[in-house]
Amino acid sequence: MTQRKLALAAVLLVISAASVVLALGTSPGAAKSSSVFKAAWIYVGPHNDGGWSQAHEAGRQYVQKMLGSKVQTTYKENIAVGAQFSQTVASLVAQGYKLIFATSYGYITPAIAAKYPDVDFEQATGTYQAKNVSEYFGAAEDTVFLSGMAAGAAAKCNTIGFVVAYPIPEVIRHANAFALGAQVTHPGVAVKLVWTNSWFDPAKEKKAAQSLHAAGACVLGQNVDSPATGQYAQSVHVPWVGYDSDSSKFAPKSWLTGSVYNWGPYYLKRVKAAMNGTWKSGFYYGSINDGFTKLAPYGPGVSAATKATIASKEKAIENGSFYEFAGPLYDQSGKLRVPKGKKMTVNQLYAMSWLVKGVIGSPKG
Amino acid sequence: MNNTLLVTLIASGVAYGTPLLFASLGELLAERSGVLNLGVEGMMLVGAVMGFWTEQRVHAGPVVSLIVAVFVAAFSAACMAAIHAFLVITLRASQIVSGLALTIFAGAAGLSSYLGNDLNLADVPASHTFHAVFPSGMQNWPIVGPLVFGQTPLVYASWVCVAAIAYYLTRTRPGLNVRAVGESPAAADAMGISVTRYRYAHTIAGGAFAGVAGATFTLAITPQWVSGITGGAGWIAIALVIFAFWRPELCLVGAYFFGALQALAPELQARNISLGPTELWTNAMPYAATIVVLVLVSWRGARRRLGAPAALGVAYVREEA
Repeated sequence: MTQRKLALAAVLLVISAASVVLALGTSPGAAKSSSVFKAAWIYVGPHNDGGWSQAHEAGRQYVQKMLGSKVQTTYKENIAVGAQFSQTVASLVAQGYKLIFATSYGYITPAIAAKYPDVDFEQATGTYQAKNVSEYFGAAEDTVFLSGMAAGAAAKCNTIGFVVAYPIPEVIRHANAFALGAQVTHPGVAVKLVWTNSWFDPAKEKKAAQSLHAAGACVLGQNVDSPATGQYAQSVHVPWVGYDSDSSKFAPKSWLTGSVYNWGPYYLKRVKAAMNGTWKSGFYYGSINDGFTKLAPYGPGVSAATKATIASKEKAIENGSFYEFAGPLYDQSGKLRVPKGKKMTVNQLYAMSWLVKGVIGSPKG
Repeated sequence: MNNTLLVTLIASGVAYGTPLLFASLGELLAERSGVLNLGVEGMMLVGAVMGFWTEQRVHAGPVVSLIVAVFVAAFSAACMAAIHAFLVITLRASQIVSGLALTIFAGAAGLSSYLGNDLNLADVPASHTFHAVFPSGMQNWPIVGPLVFGQTPLVYASWVCVAAIAYYLTRTRPGLNVRAVGESPAAADAMGISVTRYRYAHTIAGGAFAGVAGATFTLAITPQWVSGITGGAGWIAIALVIFAFWRPELCLVGAYFFGALQALAPELQARNISLGPTELWTNAMPYAATIVVLVLVSWRGARRRLGAPAALGVAYVREEA
């Protein structure tokens, strides 16, 4: 019997050791005084995923660096949408966090917002607004379009592979923007999609890239969060366009460019507002103009001529003389979706459920 | 020929099934000696992170650093298995509780993530990775090219392991002794076989295999490290042992089947073949099949016929036998 008890004690010891490690591993910026303002970030993947969550983490670190000891920040990583998210919010609120940045689609629900009226929430990439819920994102479609131009110019065949996460409007409009960009520099090129149904899954992303390459794609692009597509691209010597963060180091030879985000300035503005009590619910849609999105530095495979073409298009987007989602736009079946002279609004972009002509794949995943 | 759906699927099945194969071979060794270890996922993650770390830190040629990395992965996961062995063999703790505790302790939110983040392994490309060793001409041979010559050395190593374990369990004295220990520890003990020693050795060896399985992810498949890189493969490996009726050669078939299943959804999409919500059933199938098998084996009669070691999960106490 004593041995049983000993064993039980040992198991408990192991579990408690694990929780200590866990606590150490996920709580940067140890708690000290309760008077400092506390802001938290919640990530759908690891904070160092080499993509989406890492870009947000860079934003959090920017806030911490700019405000120093006046603010205490933390993050929670690998949080799934749903019950796990609610639990995470509950524990953050209990620890006194007053501003929570929910950095993935579908995190904040009306129920959560209503449950914590004293806490301000910021939801990335969504559309739900309330008194204490702001929405923020930006026109990544513009820079994804420009990165598509780089892909089109690099394509020596007529198929570009694009690894995509979930069939939701955000990803659909990015896939469309990418295809439209590729068609500018490579008229008639097809963009083939493979859905992984996951934001972050390196093994699945690699497999998707492999399937696309086997199906004839000679350039690969992505709207998923890990650099696995790029690593595969380099192993078969085809060019690659990334997304979210500059991950050129994973495949320096294949890297062309990628649409990247700069979340820091927006985060800083919002944390400051919350600190001095001027925080108000809003809808922020950043752009190339305010530095929210940009193209990552080019890799060796982008020619000077392509760089110049992209630069002039970027100028045109900046001064408003060009917009990729302006008519005439046709869908996959050739049906006119946006007539000539019309531009898609942000609301329409947020509801986009059809793929443009030249994209091969289903908008339903 | 090599681009047909069937060949691509089997080739991917071999590549993606290899970590499942290594892990299930390890679990098979432990279970054949009567020790159930549910800590496979945790041990794989420790192997994955330690293997990747070693490969980044050992400044030698690719061959040497990769071999050292695989051994470090095996050793570190074996250390994890030793904790389990001590708890369940010496202290006779519940094998289920201890195994689960091991996965929690070492797994995605525990030791492996702590080590990986602390050693700054995320967001770092691998400096060397396993890739195909045969000339590309041979890799293009019809059928055998992608299936055999297009694989990494880890795949060939796993084939050797399958043959060696099959031979060991059926044709060698120690192998037969392990089976005796797993079937009837009291009888084995009476024959003068040390139950404790055999169970320790095979549980720890099983851990080493899990470590290699983890390293297969970080050094060959993805190849990078992120927290929770194995994504539940350890659990599928445990179910695989049951599917395979505790036989190594069937582990190979099962592992490749599940590996191919993972490749099915993207392959169909890239080939413009629509079979409805493919993702739904390919993703759910391993888990649904696992439930069916677990229900089957929990039925006593089936359990005996399927070949489960009779003393699986039961601690051996000499005085009580």
